[in-house]
Amino acid sequence: MAITTEAGTTVTPHGPTPAWRGFVSGPWQDHVDVRDFIQRNYTPYAGDAEFLAGATARTTAIWQQLADMFPEERAKGIYDVDANTPSSITAHAPGYIDKDNELIVGLQTDAPLKRAIMPYGGWRMVENALTTYGYEADEQVKRIFTEYRKTHNAGVFDVYPPDVRAARSSHLITGLPDAYGRGRIIGDYRRVALYGVDALVEAKKLERAELDMERSTEDVIREREEIAEQIRALGELKRMAASYGFDISLPAADAREAVQWLYFAYLGAVKEQNGAAMSLGRTSTFLDVYLERDIAAGVLTEERAQELIDDFVIKLRIVRFLRTPEYDALFSGDPTWVTESLGGVGEDGRPLVTRTSFRYLQTLYNLGPAPEPNLTVLWSHKLPDGFKRFCAQVSIDTSAIQYESDELIRPAWGDDAAIACCVSAMRVGKQMQFFGARVNLAKALLYSINGGRDEVSGKQIGPVTMPLQGEVLDYDEVSAAYDTLLEWLAQTYVDALNCIHWSHDKYAYERLEMALHDRAVLRTLACGIAGLSVAADSLSAIKYATVRPVRDETGLVVDYTVEGEYPTFGNDDDRVDAIAVELVRSFMDKIRQQPTYRNALHTQSVLTITSNVVYGKHTGNTPDGRRTGEPFAPGANPMNGRDTHGMLASALSVAKLPYEDSMDGISLTSTVVPSGLGRDRPEQITNLVGLLDGYNVSHGFHVNINVLNRETLEDAMEHPENYPQLTIRVSGYAVNFVRLTREQQLDVLSRTFHGGL
Amino acid sequence: MSTAASTEAHRPAQGDGSTRAADHAVPAGPDGAPIVELGVPVVGGAYGRSSSGTSGLELSEADRSERFAQMRAGELGSLHSWELVTAVDGPGTRLTTFLSGCPLQCLYCHNPDTMEMRRGEPVTAEELLTRIARYRSIFQVTGGGITISGGEPLMQPAFVGRILRGAKEMGIHTAVDTSGYLGAHCTDAMLDDIDLVLLDVKSGIPETYRRVTGRELEPTLEFGRRLAARGTEIWVRFVLVPGLTDAPENVDAVADYVASLSTVSRVEVLPFHQMGQDKWASLGLRYELEDTPAPTPELVERVREQFRSRGLTVH
Repeated sequence: MAITTEAGTTVTPHGPTPAWRGFVSGPWQDHVDVRDFIQRNYTPYAGDAEFLAGATARTTAIWQQLADMFPEERAKGIYDVDANTPSSITAHAPGYIDKDNELIVGLQTDAPLKRAIMPYGGWRMVENALTTYGYEADEQVKRIFTEYRKTHNAGVFDVYPPDVRAARSSHLITGLPDAYGRGRIIGDYRRVALYGVDALVEAKKLERAELDMERSTEDVIREREEIAEQIRALGELKRMAASYGFDISLPAADAREAVQWLYFAYLGAVKEQNGAAMSLGRTSTFLDVYLERDIAAGVLTEERAQELIDDFVIKLRIVRFLRTPEYDALFSGDPTWVTESLGGVGEDGRPLVTRTSFRYLQTLYNLGPAPEPNLTVLWSHKLPDGFKRFCAQVSIDTSAIQYESDELIRPAWGDDAAIACCVSAMRVGKQMQFFGARVNLAKALLYSINGGRDEVSGKQIGPVTMPLQGEVLDYDEVSAAYDTLLEWLAQTYVDALNCIHWSHDKYAYERLEMALHDRAVLRTLACGIAGLSVAADSLSAIKYATVRPVRDETGLVVDYTVEGEYPTFGNDDDRVDAIAVELVRSFMDKIRQQPTYRNALHTQSVLTITSNVVYGKHTGNTPDGRRTGEPFAPGANPMNGRDTHGMLASALSVAKLPYEDSMDGISLTSTVVPSGLGRDRPEQITNLVGLLDGYNVSHGFHVNINVLNRETLEDAMEHPENYPQLTIRVSGYAVNFVRLTREQQLDVLSRTFHGGL
Repeated sequence: MSTAASTEAHRPAQGDGSTRAADHAVPAGPDGAPIVELGVPVVGGAYGRSSSGTSGLELSEADRSERFAQMRAGELGSLHSWELVTAVDGPGTRLTTFLSGCPLQCLYCHNPDTMEMRRGEPVTAEELLTRIARYRSIFQVTGGGITISGGEPLMQPAFVGRILRGAKEMGIHTAVDTSGYLGAHCTDAMLDDIDLVLLDVKSGIPETYRRVTGRELEPTLEFGRRLAARGTEIWVRFVLVPGLTDAPENVDAVADYVASLSTVSRVEVLPFHQMGQDKWASLGLRYELEDTPAPTPELVERVREQFRSRGLTVH
C-alpha cells in the first residue's frame, strides 16, 4: 500500500507526479494551494441521497468493539491512560482497534481510548487529572516538568499583571486557556495528502530562506525558530506514519491513501496538542476528488468509498484528551470539537457540495448519531435542494448537525474557510486564532452598579468608581457607569490574552498544525462575551420598567426589584434587541483599542459553549430578575422562557447581532420537536429547510438545531435541569415542556409519536 | 364595529345590511352572521399576559372614543399576541396573529384568554402590516405567509380586511383561522384576499355543536359551502374530545359535510389536551373538562379513518 521512495528522490512542487494522474493542472502544482486544486478538480453534486451505501459488516463490527468499551469509559471517566509517556507525534507505539480489518489506521496512543498525557500546557493539570481518575503521576516525569522544563501554565502566571489575576479569580473573565491548550488552530491536513510531506518540507525551507535574508530582530528570530520546529514536526510525522507501515513522503496516490495521509496529519496534531478544540477543517470535497477518481477508474465502489469515510470517522470519534474536572465543568461532555465543515458555495457560485459531503453525513446513520466529529454545514439558501433536504433529514433524525451561514463566512473569509470549534470561521492553512474564551458581561454590569466591587464577595475588583446612588436605577447613569467599567474590562481582558498567547507560543507551540499553514498567516485575537441576553434584558428592565436596587449593610447592591413590564431579548422586538446590538458593538470597539500580541486582528464571539452554567453560578442577582447562581442562556440565546414568539422570532433577534462586530461567531441553540416541523416527514424536512433558509436570508450566523425524539423527551422528564428551554407547540400555543406535569408530559409524549399535536 | 364591511377602506361594502351597527348581541338577520358584542380593548390592567403577547408592536395610545372610531374603520385591532410559527397554521413559516374576542365559548378552548376582546391590546393595522412586511423574505423562502387567528378574526372584519388587503398588496400568502360562525362578516372582497381558510368544524350535529360552543352550527356549514363555491382552499380542523365530539355519528356528520366541500385539501384531527386548563383557572372561568382524558391513539385513528374513508387527506 505504501509508496516506496527511492533514495534521494524528493517530490518538488515542479512537474506532475503519478499520484496526480487525471487531475486538472494549475497553480496548485507550483506552490501549496489546496483551494486551487479543489476548484479545478471537484465535481459538484446536485442530486439527492439515493446513491448512498449503508454500513458494511466490517464497519459495524469495528464500531461495535468500541461501543462495547464506551460504558466502562463513561462509568470511570476515562477508559485508560498512559501516565508515564509525555505525548509527542512519535511517543507512542502504533495502536489498532482491529488491525486486520481497519482500512484507515492510527491511534493517539498504542490502544483505543487510552489517553495520553500532554504536560507542555501545564503539569498541575496533568497531575490533577491523573489523581482524579485514580492514577499516579510518574515521579520522573513530574520532576522534568516542574524542575527542568517550564510549561505554558507556569509561563502565563509569571507574566499576568494583578488586574488580570483579580478579574480571573472573581470570574469576571473565565475559561481562559492559561491552564489548558488553546486549540482552535486548524492545520491544513489536506496538504499532506495532496503534496506528501517532502514537498511541504521543501516549501517550508523556502520560507526559512526568505527569513534568513532578513536581519535578526526578535520577530524574525522567533519565526525562524518556529519554522525549524515545523520542519522537525513534519519529519516526526513521517516517522509516525512509517511506524504504521506507510511512507507519506510523497503525495497520496489513491483514495484510500488520501484519507490515510490526511488522517495521519490530523493524528499527529492530536498526539501532540491537547487543544480545547482540535478541528479538522474542510476535507470532504477535497477527498471527493480522490474518491470520484477511483470510482470513475472502476477501482472503487460506492460501498467501499463509504467504508473509507466510515472508518475515518470512527477514528475521529475516538479522539480523547486527559482533562481535569474543572475543565469538564466548563465544557461538559468530554468534547474535542473535531469540527468538519461541509457544503457552502464557491466564489464562482458553484456549490461546494459533493457526494462525499453526503457520505460524511451518512456516517450518522451507518455508525449512529454522535457529537463528534462536529459536523457543521455551511448553509446557504443557494445550496442545491437535494443536499438541503438531506441535511434537514439528518437533523431531524439525529440532532447532530450545526449550521453556519455561508453567506456571511464566504464574503469575510473566502470559500475555503472552515469552522474551528463551534463558530470560528477561518481560512484553512492561511489563518489561525488566539483563542480567548470570554468575559462575563452580566457580571460586569453588576460591577458598574457597585463601583467595581464584586456582588458576591464584596471585594474591589475593578477600578474604584462611585457606586450608583438612589432608590431607582437610572438608565443613563447605569449606561455611563457600564461603559466606563467595560473600558477597563476590555483592557484587562486583552492584557490577559496577550500574556497567554505569548506564553503558549513559547512553551506549547503547535509545531505540526502550524507546519500546515502558510508562513504569512493571519492571526486573530478571538475575544468573547457571555451573558449577553442577561445584560440586555437587565438594561431593558432598567430602561422600560422600574428597577430598585436592594443594598446590604455595606452598601453593596445584592438584589433588584422590578416593577412593570419590559421587552425581553428574543422576540424580534427592536427596543431591546437594539440594546444587545449596541453592547456587542461597543465592547468590540473597546477591544479594538487594545494593542495585541503579534498584531493579531481583534475579533469577538458571542458564545459560551456549555460554560453558561458556570458563568451563572458565579454571578449574583441581576436586574432582569434572574436569581443568583441561575445559569445564563447559552451563547447568544435569549434567556430561557423569555422568547415567546416562536423559534424563528427568537432566532431573528439573535440574527440582528452584527457579524462585522462578532467575526469569531455568534451562537444560537434552538430546539424543536419533530411534530413542530410538520405533520409528516416530507413536510418536516421542507419546513426545516425553510426555517434554515429564512434564518440565512435574515443574516443569522449559526444555529444548533435540536429536533427531539422520544428518547430525548423521556430524558427531559427524568433530568429536567438539562432542558430548561425545551418548548413544544400544542396547536394554538407553545408550552415549556419541563413545566408541564408528569401526566401532561406523558400526554405530549404519546401525541408526538402517535400523530400530530 | 360590525359595520366594518361598509366602512372598509379599499373596497365598497357588499350591501350586507345585517352586519351593520349594534354594539350588543342581537339575533342574526336571515342573511347575516349573528351579531356579537364587541368590547373595547384595554391596555395593561390587571390581566397579565400568559403567552407571547404583542412584544415588538407599538400599541395605540388613542383614547376610548377615538379607538371606537378607528376600530370601526378597521384601522385598529384588538390583538392578543403574535408568533412566528411553522407547520401548524398553514404551509411554511407563518406570522400568526391571535386576535382577541370570540363569540363561541368552546368548552375545550385552550386559549380562553382570547375570548374577550377587551383583554387584547390595541394595535393599528399599519403597525401590524409593518411587521408583516418585515417577514416577507421569510415567507418567500419558507413558502409561508400570514395567518389571522384568534379568538375569532371575523369579530373584527374591517381590521382583518385591511390586513388581508395589505398582505396581498405585498404578494404574501394569507390564511384565516375561523370557526366560520361569523362567516357572514366575511365579505366577498375579503375572500378575494384570502388564499386559505382554516375552518374549525367543531361538530357535525347541531345539538353537539351547541353543547360544545354554546352557538349554532348552521353558519359554519354555510360559510364552508360559500368558500367551496367560490373555490377558496380549505383546511378543516376538528378537535377530538372524548365524551364530547367523539361519537361516531357526530364524526360521520362532520366528515360527510367536509367531503361535500370540493376545495378541502386537508383535514387535521387535533386530539384534545389539558394544557389550556391553567388559563381557565387564572381567568376565573369555570372549566368543565377537568376529568376529560386525552383521546387514545386508537380513538384518534378511528376518527382519522372516518375522514380518510371519504377520500380526504387526513393528518
